[in-house]
Amino acid sequence: MAYDSSSYGGGYDDSFEQRPEFKNARDLEQQEPDYDTNFVPDVVKSFVVYLYRYIREKNVYEILQMYEISFQKLSERMFKQSPWPVVEAIAPYVDNDHVFCLLYRELWFRHVYARLTPTLTQRMESWDNYCSLFQIILHGNVNMQLPNQWLWDMIDEFIYQFQSYCQYRAKLKTKTDQELALLRQYAEVWNVVGVLNYLQALIEKSNIIQILEDDKDGSTNFTAQNGYDFQGGGSNVLKVLGYFSIVGLLRVHCLLGDYYSGLKCLVPIDIHQHGVYSNVVGCQITTVYYYVFANLMLRRYVEAIKACNQILLIIHKTKQDHQASSQFQQILKKNEQLYALLAICLSLCPQGKLVEENVNSQLREKQGEKMLRMQRNDEAVFDELFSFACPKFITPSPPNYDELVNYNQDAYRLQLKLFLSEVRQQQLLSSIRSYLKLYSAIPISKLASFMDVDEPTLRMALLTYKHKTHVLDYDGRIISNADVEFYIDKDVVQIVDSKVTKRFGDYFIKHILKFEELVGVLESVQL
Amino acid sequence: MQRDRVAATPEREVTPQYTMEQIVAVNPYNPDILPDLEAYVQEQVNSQTYSLDANLCLLRLYQFEPSRMNIQIVARILVKALMALPAPDFNLCMFLIPEKLQMEDPFLTLITLAHFLETARFREFWDEAARNRHILEVVPGFEQAIQGFALHVLSLSYQRLPRPVLAEAINMEGLSLDKFLEHQIASNGWSVEKVSGGGQLVVLPPNEHNYPELKKSIVDSIPLEHVSKLFPILT
Repeated sequence: MAYDSSSYGGGYDDSFEQRPEFKNARDLEQQEPDYDTNFVPDVVKSFVVYLYRYIREKNVYEILQMYEISFQKLSERMFKQSPWPVVEAIAPYVDNDHVFCLLYRELWFRHVYARLTPTLTQRMESWDNYCSLFQIILHGNVNMQLPNQWLWDMIDEFIYQFQSYCQYRAKLKTKTDQELALLRQYAEVWNVVGVLNYLQALIEKSNIIQILEDDKDGSTNFTAQNGYDFQGGGSNVLKVLGYFSIVGLLRVHCLLGDYYSGLKCLVPIDIHQHGVYSNVVGCQITTVYYYVFANLMLRRYVEAIKACNQILLIIHKTKQDHQASSQFQQILKKNEQLYALLAICLSLCPQGKLVEENVNSQLREKQGEKMLRMQRNDEAVFDELFSFACPKFITPSPPNYDELVNYNQDAYRLQLKLFLSEVRQQQLLSSIRSYLKLYSAIPISKLASFMDVDEPTLRMALLTYKHKTHVLDYDGRIISNADVEFYIDKDVVQIVDSKVTKRFGDYFIKHILKFEELVGVLESVQL
Repeated sequence: MQRDRVAATPEREVTPQYTMEQIVAVNPYNPDILPDLEAYVQEQVNSQTYSLDANLCLLRLYQFEPSRMNIQIVARILVKALMALPAPDFNLCMFLIPEKLQMEDPFLTLITLAHFLETARFREFWDEAARNRHILEVVPGFEQAIQGFALHVLSLSYQRLPRPVLAEAINMEGLSLDKFLEHQIASNGWSVEKVSGGGQLVVLPPNEHNYPELKKSIVDSIPLEHVSKLFPILT
């Protein structure tokens, strides 16, 4: 975006003479559907003028204020049930700047998706807008600095709209002939391969994987600078979009049921460390949510529990700060979903000691009763919590337009079914657990009679326990997720004393750090 | 970046020969490589090799264009995935296969087989496998791979186990089991004990899962990453 201070601002455009009358009319009939979206109210005019100016001045702080606060406020006040003015109407105030218009339209469509119901044409136009925007960015033709929050929202919304389109397309029963014709004609719109390729291209063009690699040995400072590039005078847009596309790929893969590939895409980002992703709260929660879900489906319960605990603690501590945020409702929703996932994981793998006290008490309050029922193998509860907490799975392929059925639930039903069959395979394990906890050694015959099964069945159940609680990590090593460890010698089950040895090392490290922090605070106190 | 690295090599090689794995890494979403991936499944079958990444990539491309799906090839991928147990590959593949297909054979049979293995019902598994040789025999090494899985689960669990339990899990009896045991005793540290009432006890070599005391030392140590938090204070 070229900087040219002479051509912005200045007076009303003559073509908007009828403004006052129109305003009155709208006040009387708020719901008026054919409200003129060509009309640009003063506040909107100054909004775009200032936003445009700040973008050219690379004033990230002011851009963020306008993006996060002003845009929401104006939407709330003036465009609660109607779209913002069309881009053609505001273009004259921003020098018809091509990139700014694309950014404005991105906001425009996002507002339509959030507050209204997008028409098929709008869905298609929004796809075109993303394509134009990404293509310009991929060709390196921007030198803006945009707030990371905005760039994350772009990737997030891009995938949301893709998912929404797949859901919309899958409901064929209610489509008009005209809509069907459009869907058929523009098969490339929101096509899954296109979506994945854009994310992949952003990652590759930005060279972000190499940058993150270099960051580790200190030869770049992408993470330290939080992705911005103020000194170099460069742009953060491509790099940070590439970075967030890594999370984007994880999400799309999970929506497709491809958890393994999703986690593989995420490898460049270490979710146990701070990073650019953890400075944007929505991104952090999304990343960890899909990470947890994928690990649950891969049966890596301990990993899922640890990550879940970590993010729930963060949400718990920072919830107050986000109350004013436009994403507060979404944060709350994800919070509840994560508690449901944690309840599922702990029911399949009761490693309660991995969960911090704050999280644990919330968990008991929210899911305590359901967890008891899951321990008793109540499949309906697994079903209910899974359905509540799972992502909105999609069927990526275009439908058979000659067979007008709704298939929008197919992908979800498949994932649910496979999850429940996993639960069924583990149904004897929780009672084995509860018996083993009571003994240090017990003959197989005795345990079998307690559990009311024959000996061969019990031997199988014990082997199943071992198989299900041991997973392979990426290097092919066997990792134990078992809460109760045992081995069988001949005909006797020997239970390993599970007394937890206090980890003094970690305890001291924690307190040394706390002490250091306190000393720092004391030193800064002015008496 | 993968693509750059691969793209940079042709200067050295006149006819660049990339492995299928490299091609998948660079083109994870490219429908054009579908026929190559199908051929690669057969190659894995013939050469007794295995690539989960390539096979998931193929299933993904089928998911994008179901009309191109080849049921025989999907079945082969699933047999190979069973052979990869204890890795969860079979489930990973199932997540990507349309439910409608899963209701038909050969998928129904494969699901039953997987279920028996996942719940350690080896006797039922071998019986069911014997009834479905036509699906499994086309993939060489199947029986050995499943025996390997059974041995894996047994060695997670047992220090000493009765011979019949072993016999049932790996589907061997009499002379062939004797021969198998001889081999394990000679090269893998197994041994056999006689039991007073007749019969044999098979002694499996110790590992940290059947001899948990072997694991202790790791639990007590502090990982470097935790200690590293103190570095800024120490300097």
